[in-house]
Amino acid sequence: MSRAAKTFSLLLALAALSVATASAERIGDITENSLRDQALRFFTFQDPTVRYALAGSILLGITCGLLGSFIVVRKMALVGDALSHAVLPGVALGFLWHMNKDPIAIFIGATLAGLLGTVTVSVIKQTTRLKEDTALGMVLATFFAVGICLMTMIQRLPSGNKGGLDKFLFGQAAAIGPEDLRLMAVVTGLVIVVIFVFYKEFLVTSFDEDFARATGLPVRVIHYGLMLLLAFAVVIALQAVGVVLVSAMLITPAAAAYLLTDRMSRMLLLAAVFGMLAGATGAFFSFLGPSLPTGPFMVLGATLVFTGAFLFGPRHGVVTRWWRQRSRAQRVQRENTLKSVYHVLEDREFKGEGVSLRELAERRRETVEDARHQAGQLRRHALATLHEEGNLIFLTPSGWQQACAIVRNHRLWELYLTNAAQIAADHVHDDAEKIEHVLGEEVVRELERRLDYATTDPHGRPIPSWADFRKGAAPASRADDSVGYGGPI
Amino acid sequence: MNSSVPLPKFPQADIAANGGAASSDIALEVHDLTVAYHKKPVLWGVDLAVPRGRLVGIVGPNGAGKSTLIKAAMGILPLSSGWVKVFGEPVKKNLTRIGYVPQRESVDWDFPVSVKDVVLMGRYGHLGLFKRPTKRDRDIAHECLDKVKMLPYANRQISNLSGGQQQRVFLARALAQESDLYFMDEPFAGVDAATESAIVTLLHELRNKGKTLLVVHHDLPTARDYFDTLLLLNMRVVAFGRTEEVFTHELLQKTYGGRLTILSEVAHEVGQRGGNPRVP
Repeated sequence: MSRAAKTFSLLLALAALSVATASAERIGDITENSLRDQALRFFTFQDPTVRYALAGSILLGITCGLLGSFIVVRKMALVGDALSHAVLPGVALGFLWHMNKDPIAIFIGATLAGLLGTVTVSVIKQTTRLKEDTALGMVLATFFAVGICLMTMIQRLPSGNKGGLDKFLFGQAAAIGPEDLRLMAVVTGLVIVVIFVFYKEFLVTSFDEDFARATGLPVRVIHYGLMLLLAFAVVIALQAVGVVLVSAMLITPAAAAYLLTDRMSRMLLLAAVFGMLAGATGAFFSFLGPSLPTGPFMVLGATLVFTGAFLFGPRHGVVTRWWRQRSRAQRVQRENTLKSVYHVLEDREFKGEGVSLRELAERRRETVEDARHQAGQLRRHALATLHEEGNLIFLTPSGWQQACAIVRNHRLWELYLTNAAQIAADHVHDDAEKIEHVLGEEVVRELERRLDYATTDPHGRPIPSWADFRKGAAPASRADDSVGYGGPI
Repeated sequence: MNSSVPLPKFPQADIAANGGAASSDIALEVHDLTVAYHKKPVLWGVDLAVPRGRLVGIVGPNGAGKSTLIKAAMGILPLSSGWVKVFGEPVKKNLTRIGYVPQRESVDWDFPVSVKDVVLMGRYGHLGLFKRPTKRDRDIAHECLDKVKMLPYANRQISNLSGGQQQRVFLARALAQESDLYFMDEPFAGVDAATESAIVTLLHELRNKGKTLLVVHHDLPTARDYFDTLLLLNMRVVAFGRTEEVFTHELLQKTYGGRLTILSEVAHEVGQRGGNPRVP
């Protein structure tokens, strides 16, 4: 019950998220009257701004997804966050170099600041008793504070082309120029090549550092190499996503991929695709209105992908799991009903026609209404047909076979427990009640062999045989047009 | 301070018994090894010479530096002083002749890799940078998985394994390293009885092939049965030698200090079984 409630609240959250996205569109509607025109401009790709913005967003999505995968499996999510905040003073200093938004100067400044931040964290960790998370928290805030101070100072400077510098905080994909794009392409290419070439080194150092060291790998060099690439990725993502949210672009697509696959190589691929999707989504939505930031939309796009993986992932998804459990519970219930029908028939030595709802209800100690519901379930799965206004249950051939199989499983298991495990005959029923639904064909055959093809259970009742299965018909089965049966063999 | 601690027993006699103390007969030589964490020594002045073809159990109380010793011997940890030689050469030159089974809890078993991928990591040391595992490497990994009876699980993700199965995977990875000297950190911790006996059999097989194995072990009573040589460790080497010579009440007392509960258990065990250790 609580599981269902949880699922429901998650669905609500998802709905709220999509409403939020929709209302964001409405904001765009207010500020820009021709929303449709903007969308059209976006999808025709005629505007070079659109092309740069989209291409840049996709490139940074790939880079962030690939590196983010390693960040996630190495449990370095906080490091990514700290690094992204630490680059801000570098951006400001890079600007001050030429008093101009020169991509290369900003790139170098930001990378150096980011690396300085990570080195500071290592130094604090190694020379004091403080743990890494504390060091990260401090360094993150301090560097960010310095960055904000410098940015404010630059805004007050009388000279220089300051246009677009304020966009580094929340990101503006439309501010991506051809030079920025070239830099992004170079970094993305570098990241792809390095990960491809050093895949096995990254893999083994991420999984088992001590082992990697014991085989002679330069673990520290690989770690700092990864940090350098990470700094590159953060810096190229800055312009579009912004300092504040760039760590989400590193973590969220990779986290979604992590939920969907059990292999690192596939995780890298999926994370790159999700990053691309998120990037494109962000670029599109921020384009709809004149001053809408890109970063938040990208991050929300990534979160939407993550929510999808979280809820509907084929193996670990919450909804998927709930659904699987529900269908398993329903199958068990159907099998129990079939078993009861079999028991009723067995009690009257397989004579007479069909099983009435009243008989079934008495057998299962339920109300007739419940029995009617159960019978309806059997009919829906073509295991039984209902006659005389739904009051009489006739098993179909497949229903009969399943009933035989489940009773057979039950009685074989009871016999096995009493014979092999030497449990008293009156203690085996409850265990068999559970195991009967999960015994596979292989196990059943093994049981038969071990029990020397016994024909009666510990309570003296016959175990349905293969002959009963093959017969495919019982007193309780009747096709619509035929009546009349022989008893079982 | 030094004089209050008895000098470690240097196993000269053992080496001599093995026919001359030529350095090539020594698989692992540790000289005056000291390792410290945050300036607190964990191992102190360890001298050790392990002859080839020995199955050595490293026993000692918690915090005795058992894991630290094997990590330091492999060069994973920085040494405060001393040196380590493997087959007569510095460790760094002989890394491919070393196999390693780390503690099972040292890795994240939710990591997105399959059983096969993990075993293949054993081949990485032989591959060098840039190169990808070849068909031959895959075949070796396959054989090693078969040796520990984990072949049916080759394509499973590692989180879907029991503790014993995880340990078998680590063993298969070490086998894939095709080494001459193995370091194993508590391979018996948290495994089922079937896996435990399978591992013991495997260790003896490796020893009989002339491999040298150093195994950190936490269970004293079984240590006596499993290993032909024991290293009693408590920050320093208390004793090193043939199990039947070293597994004595005084030496164990010296190793474990005042932990009498463990000792009385062991004494009980020894008393019950009497005389010679049983080797499976």
